[in-house]
Amino acid sequence: MSEVLLDQVTQADYKYGFTTDIETDIIPIGLSEDVVRLISAKKKEPEWMLEFRLKAYRHWLTMKIPTWAQLDIPDIDFQSIAYYAAPRKNAPQNLDEVDPELLKTFDKLGISMEEQKMLSGVAVDVVMDSISVKTTFKDSLAEMGIIFCSFSEAVEHHPDLVQKYMSSVVPVSDNFFATLNSAVFSDGSFVYIPKGIRCPMELSTYFRINAINTGQFERTLIIADEDSYVSYLEGCTAPMRDENQLHAAIVEIVALKNAEVKYSTVQNWYPGDKTGKGGVYNFVTKRGICKGDSSRISWTQVETGSAITWKYPSCILLGDNSSAEFYSVAVTNHHQQADTGTKMLHIGKNTTSHILSKGISAGFSQNSYRGLVRINPKADNARNFSQCDSLLLSDKCGAHTFPYMEVSNESAIVEHEATTSKINEDQIFYCNQRGISTEDAVGLIVNGYAKEVLNKLPMEFAVEAQKLLQITLEGSVG
Amino acid sequence: MLEIKNLHANINGKEILKGLDLVVRPGEIHAIMGPNGAGKSTLASVLTGNQAFEVTHGDITFYGKNLLELSPEDRSREGIFLSFQYPVEIPGVSMVNFLRAALNEHRKYKNLEPLSATDFLRVMREKKTLVEMDNKLANRAVNEGFSGGEKKRNEIFQMAMLEPRLAILDETDSGLDIDALRIVANGVNKLKSPDNASIVITHYQRLLDYIIPDFVHVLYDGRIVKSGGKELALELEERGYDWIKKEVEETV
Repeated sequence: MSEVLLDQVTQADYKYGFTTDIETDIIPIGLSEDVVRLISAKKKEPEWMLEFRLKAYRHWLTMKIPTWAQLDIPDIDFQSIAYYAAPRKNAPQNLDEVDPELLKTFDKLGISMEEQKMLSGVAVDVVMDSISVKTTFKDSLAEMGIIFCSFSEAVEHHPDLVQKYMSSVVPVSDNFFATLNSAVFSDGSFVYIPKGIRCPMELSTYFRINAINTGQFERTLIIADEDSYVSYLEGCTAPMRDENQLHAAIVEIVALKNAEVKYSTVQNWYPGDKTGKGGVYNFVTKRGICKGDSSRISWTQVETGSAITWKYPSCILLGDNSSAEFYSVAVTNHHQQADTGTKMLHIGKNTTSHILSKGISAGFSQNSYRGLVRINPKADNARNFSQCDSLLLSDKCGAHTFPYMEVSNESAIVEHEATTSKINEDQIFYCNQRGISTEDAVGLIVNGYAKEVLNKLPMEFAVEAQKLLQITLEGSVG
Repeated sequence: MLEIKNLHANINGKEILKGLDLVVRPGEIHAIMGPNGAGKSTLASVLTGNQAFEVTHGDITFYGKNLLELSPEDRSREGIFLSFQYPVEIPGVSMVNFLRAALNEHRKYKNLEPLSATDFLRVMREKKTLVEMDNKLANRAVNEGFSGGEKKRNEIFQMAMLEPRLAILDETDSGLDIDALRIVANGVNKLKSPDNASIVITHYQRLLDYIIPDFVHVLYDGRIVKSGGKELALELEERGYDWIKKEVEETV
């Protein structure tokens, strides 16, 4: 019975597949020192930025694509990718100046900027392909000293902050994809919250890949100065494509003394079709540092999209009494592959970290949790609790857990719990008997399973995420 | 309302029901008794459309509709409710969300608008009082961490919410202490009306002290072999099932 059900629920098509006809300024495909220089020139960057890119590019040439993940990664021809695409028109000052085609796209996505602005009080920095098109609420935030702008603008207007913190969490040579990003990153968001300021609204960015064969290489930097607080949301849906699209982003978070940063993501890039054709390759490096004492960082992610996900939002707990959290729901269906998890590196004293990972696999997909908890020799009284659960919706999918623990301090308490369960026919029949259809039953059961994580999301995201879980698994249980 | 004719059903190729006949009219309470393995729970599963069982012969009509052609969820929406012998836990799904989804599906089936959150919570409060359901239980996830007795009470609470035309209580008394049994039975009795009916499946006569049946049927080897009034239950309690088995064998 569950065979058929699983099949039905997983056979639904991706509901956000469309592209817009916006004139795009693409540079020729391929990667070379000249291309890096061209990107930098197009963005009118200062010399130090170009040097940074070139240093990264030269190092990248010496690196190899990592193979340790539980992923079957097809050969990627890095010379067949275009590394820069920007909407051709100049950045507008208000909505009237925004390309009407783009506005229509956002309407289709249900994220009309007008509504966003008026109803939710969320400032939206929209990244369409590579260049930030529109930043809202910037002025009102600016009055509080909060900087929320595109990365390019930050390079231009706040070079001191960018130079001080960029690559301070993810070094240029960190890993193959991060180094590639450092060489060719297009744009992204920049956030600075000054001392003692509590950001009064959720800051959010929607990303979207939209040009054929254009890699998307965002770079985001969030700095929370002493005693400040910010909650940042990033969500995305991408149009349907046959070509595999490479996505290699970097997110860096710096939390200074007593600061708190909450970072939430709903990721719904195009996952490929039912047979595994197409889909986004998502190789993301996200890392935060609890730099100051008593600082806090939390990552919450709902991963439903992409053909391949390689992503480990991590925290370096440097400050004493600092704490970090990682909450994750990763759903894979059809032929999707996900290898995701976190790293918690305890360096300061009395540091705590909490990991809660919920994997859901359906169809023929592979879903892995990979997590490292490292307690350094001087990290007295460190505390970690990890819980990793897997839920299987078919007997052709896979769920894997790879926990790594390196404990070098005797006072540490590290706990790990893991469970694997299969969606239960009895549960589905119980729902049926109460009048709930199988598809809705799967939605209920899966959302119940993921509830602890979904509850961590800001309200507006939680609703979207619940729908997304159900949509992703449509057609997958019988 | 319910008419079962010559019902045969298999599980994993093994025939469990071997020609069962039963007629239930509105307002009636039917008790189905019988030894272990007679097919009592199979009857409940087949009536509610559990796909683990295969119906090989016979007909079931419910208010003139061919029940065997309806999906399990449509049977529920038609007003057939099963109080499960072993209610399952659905972790993380709150009773409120679960019942609201269920109730609104029932309303949609009848072309009624979904209940607003306020109205729904009002109905839930009323029914909770009716079946003496603990507030704490109603605020938890579906059956998660409930004791055996709490699960059974929760079944009756759901029955109160969904107001079925035909309720099937599958061994609702098993695992209940005497107080819980009384509460559950009270709930069932309060929900009784001239328009609805119940099939009470039980092993022991005990439950029938509280829920007085109009008819008692003995199910043995996949068939109803003896029917009578409530006094039949008392006779079974006293004499066991062996004499029935003997009677059946003699007839054969």
